Amino acid sequence: MEITLRHIDKRFGKVHANADISVTFSEGKIYGVLGENGAGKSTLMKILAGFQPADQGEIVVDGKPREARLHFGPTESIRSGIGMLQQDPLDIASFTVIEDFVYGSGARLTMGLREARKALKIQCQRFGFDLDQESPVSHLTIGQRQQLEIVRLLALGVRVLILDEPTTGISAEQKETLFSTLGLLAHQEGMTILLVSHKLEDVVALCDRVVVLRAGQVVGEREMPATTSELVKMMFAEELPPQSRQAVTLGKKRVALEDVALRGRRVSLEGLHLSLSSGEVVGLAGLDGSGQDLVLRAAAGVIRTARGRVTVDGRDMTGKSYRQFRQAGVAFAAAGRLEEGLIAGLTLTEHVALGMPGALVKWRAAEADTSERLQRFNVRGRPESQVQQLSGGNQQRFLMAIMPANLALLAVEQPTRGLDVDSARWVWTQILARRASGTAVLFSSPDLDEIIQYSDRVIVFFAGRFIELADLSGVSIDDLGHLIGGQFEQANHA
Amino acid sequence: MNNELLNILNSTVANATPLVIAAIGETLNERAGVVNLSLDGSLALAAMTGFVVGVTTGSAGLGFLAAAIVGALVALLIVVADIQLKQDQIAVGFVLTLLLADIAQFLGQEYAGMPSNPLSPVRIPGVADIPIIGPIFFNHSVIVYFSYVLIIVTWLMMFHSRPGLAQRAVGERPATAFARGTRVNRQRLFYTVLGGLLIGIAGASYSLAIKPGWSNPPAMRGDGWIALAIVIFGGWHPFRVALGAYLFALLRALSSAIQRSPDIQIPLVLLNMLPWLLMIGTLILVSSGVIDRLLRVMPRPAQRWSRNFLRSDPPAALGTRFDPD
Repeated sequence: MEITLRHIDKRFGKVHANADISVTFSEGKIYGVLGENGAGKSTLMKILAGFQPADQGEIVVDGKPREARLHFGPTESIRSGIGMLQQDPLDIASFTVIEDFVYGSGARLTMGLREARKALKIQCQRFGFDLDQESPVSHLTIGQRQQLEIVRLLALGVRVLILDEPTTGISAEQKETLFSTLGLLAHQEGMTILLVSHKLEDVVALCDRVVVLRAGQVVGEREMPATTSELVKMMFAEELPPQSRQAVTLGKKRVALEDVALRGRRVSLEGLHLSLSSGEVVGLAGLDGSGQDLVLRAAAGVIRTARGRVTVDGRDMTGKSYRQFRQAGVAFAAAGRLEEGLIAGLTLTEHVALGMPGALVKWRAAEADTSERLQRFNVRGRPESQVQQLSGGNQQRFLMAIMPANLALLAVEQPTRGLDVDSARWVWTQILARRASGTAVLFSSPDLDEIIQYSDRVIVFFAGRFIELADLSGVSIDDLGHLIGGQFEQANHA
Repeated sequence: MNNELLNILNSTVANATPLVIAAIGETLNERAGVVNLSLDGSLALAAMTGFVVGVTTGSAGLGFLAAAIVGALVALLIVVADIQLKQDQIAVGFVLTLLLADIAQFLGQEYAGMPSNPLSPVRIPGVADIPIIGPIFFNHSVIVYFSYVLIIVTWLMMFHSRPGLAQRAVGERPATAFARGTRVNRQRLFYTVLGGLLIGIAGASYSLAIKPGWSNPPAMRGDGWIALAIVIFGGWHPFRVALGAYLFALLRALSSAIQRSPDIQIPLVLLNMLPWLLMIGTLILVSSGVIDRLLRVMPRPAQRWSRNFLRSDPPAALGTRFDPD
């Protein structure tokens, strides 16, 4: 199916998200839609898939034009042959796989599970997907949820498939399966595939053609193959130098977990030894919920260990409260910034005042302190703004700005979740500055690039098992991708 | 089994009926994501309306109809305040619960203590003759049979039909429901009004059948809160909700039987606490993770059924507002 977008325009308040975009996607091809966060690619795809209307413009599907500003919901869009797989797949956690597959596939009173089971099985066999039909969606990995969503859209007769950042948080095997599926759909069945991604390696490996967006406009289009550095030039108009990480000599041991056992709702782990020295950055890799979140929280004192010892600067902290961990110089930043880290509804000054001693708040001092911190940590916001009004990047920087100086351990869960390239660099600049002043850093991330780029050592988790990579020289992103999928044996032989 | 025990169990089933109907009604709207906190007030107002209409027209059917309309209108108020006026469901419901109970007392003043003829029991031929089961479950007024049908139909609708999928999706993740073509707010409106309708019927089933008559203060005060607690205890599953209502009524019956017996001396306060302690104990057990481990070792077909039956999490989007873009 051929799709042409003509003069698509969309504004959000002052932000011109899509400025007069015209582009054609023809059938049988895999397109990479590139651009950094905020370039307007997600907005454009959502307009195409019916999740939001445009202000102006036209969408032509197989020669039939429609005005893009009129209401045309996701269901109408699917009926017209266009389906979108969201980064966090839109499914229902409490449904079983088969219930989720059936939901939305037609208005009828009975479930019609028998035919649906057959249809799902056929679709899964086609692509080698392994989905347990009776398992609840909440037990699936992100990769499996994507597979479910893909076969669901295909069963509805979709001919254009849009995928938004599909390779974040899935294992290397799942990625291989996904890519071979997409190749089959485009090259053998003549479907149109649009891959929205900021991972250039994936685009280079998969796409036939790329469309590059910058600041709401199409700034380039080209046939593949192209190298990643050529693509970077198209995206940024210049090549970004990789963020340099100065060598830091490791100092004394700051935090240690000794023979620790942890129990989580879904996974448990046993026999973990981890020690972090001053100036060391340790990355925790793994699929969502493989145990890395438990280790991060245990090291920060947010959860207690079932067995084993935790020490901070030589002091035994086993079983102590998070408050005592904080007093010992440990700080934790959760992935859900507004849920666990900051308090929506409070102003920036109020956040700073919360951390000040004394029963009465000295507002003037608090406000001065806040202004000073905002400046020092490059947070764009005013002391009197409420914290949820800040952008994601500024929230993350503010969260770290209100942490005390000279920490023993900084534990950060997914430090750059949802941030654009520029904000992510700022966040890491801050983390690395803390590292240079002697703090040990422990972080987790679903983004394997980030793990490789910033870690001195990496621990990989899979379903409660773990393996440590003490030397990262010669470890590629692909190697890590296999490890987070549970293939530990290869690493042991290597 | 001796007759006295059979009588206690029979009246337990009858006494539980308004709770069953009200709690199932509330389950319907909460599964769609809307909390109707006005239950205690709605029940009183519906009971009063049902009684007044029933007595003045001489038709119990018209009484139930009027009560159902009252329940539905209150629910409509809550859901419209939520969707159209962007008002908090909890706040509106709470204010209504206090207001409606007072209105019911005020409007029902003249009818307090007035005699009435309650619905008479109907024996269902065949099943009524089964030993033990028959006398306990099948010698009741029509409203009790209605509650049996309601439990089963609700369960079928919720877990074995496409409309049920849409209803649960709306309560769990409205964004997904929207993407699958479900009109989220229309569903919420529908199930809240339907739930309110049932809450109205539950109210009238006190004054026209189970505890016939109207008194000041109304006899069912407090039962609305109990029904809300039973919905939570019941894990938003019609069978467990019904079980909770019967269990609650049974414990109440036992405590009053014990009070009447001269041989047993247990403080009244302790007896009255029993249902609540049981409820809290069950909730702790269900959410403790023991169930999760148990589920994993069960045979597969049993797993799906029991996962729905034993869940302890509320619908994820309960009490939140959904604005389609």
